[in-house]
Amino acid sequence: MVVINDSLCKNCGYCVKFCPKHILEMGKTRNKRGHFYPVMTDAGKCIGCAICATMCPEGAIDVSEGKEG
Amino acid sequence: MAEYHRSDMLAASPSGYCPGCLHSLATRLISDVITELGQQDNALNVISVGCSALNLLYWSGDNLSVAHGRAPAAATGVKRTNPERLVFAYQGDGDLAAIGLAEIMSAANRGENFTVIFANNQTYGMTGGQMAPTTLIGQKTTTTVYGRDPATTGYPLKMCELISQLPAPAYVARFALNSPKGVREARAGIKKAFEMQLAGKGFTFIELLTNCPTNWHLSPLDTLEYMNTNTIPYFVPGVYKDITAKEAQA
Repeated sequence: MVVINDSLCKNCGYCVKFCPKHILEMGKTRNKRGHFYPVMTDAGKCIGCAICATMCPEGAIDVSEGKEG
Repeated sequence: MAEYHRSDMLAASPSGYCPGCLHSLATRLISDVITELGQQDNALNVISVGCSALNLLYWSGDNLSVAHGRAPAAATGVKRTNPERLVFAYQGDGDLAAIGLAEIMSAANRGENFTVIFANNQTYGMTGGQMAPTTLIGQKTTTTVYGRDPATTGYPLKMCELISQLPAPAYVARFALNSPKGVREARAGIKKAFEMQLAGKGFTFIELLTNCPTNWHLSPLDTLEYMNTNTIPYFVPGVYKDITAKEAQA
């Protein structure tokens, strides 16, 4: 399960670029600091590789066992 | 399934770094490794001067802030008086390779038992993007507006190659943080360096190739590509010295 802590995001786009399943994309809403943050388009396709979390400079992505979300 | 949970050593707020800056990724990696090794209360970060110092703002570990370039000298004193502590200096390229070149070479030559983590982004980030000793040939900065010319400014300094020539250092390695593979290798390298320090093996040196979207005038994603095409061919990642490899063979 991937949980994106949007308040830490700075819209660098590394997670979107490196997701091997291409299921992350930059969202249309901004966080309180004014940055757009990524959203997951199809959680069912997530393989839990945690590459998004590996590349996130801020550690804004939490990956844990289990499907849903 | 892989898991990732943010280290509780980092504050709940974002870092003070620019969007896409790999300094924050390096800080996160160091925090992750320290948490994994259970050294949260034992680690001591010797802070340098420059953007590399900004990690003290959102990191809950102990810090020692020292004069520009003198982190290895201060770390020597701290480690000799507190040999049980996990001491590391986190320095940028202007700090380590320019003003602090004497300190780093002397500490490495003495084989002091601490770790230096060297973030190489080829520019002076905090002061406005001036040329650093590691700036690539032809790279434009605010002090080399036509690109770095070796005829007047010399060649980019390869710190790993320099330090690995000395007899004393125990582990010298360079990693690039611009791909998931590089980040995983860097994490493993930092962990190995810290474990070697805790085992009293001697001086360990990790160079991390990072970026500076603000002063390179590129988007964060473009800096990763720039590193692939320009930085990595010159600063070749790899393990340059590892005394434990010889022990394992023997």
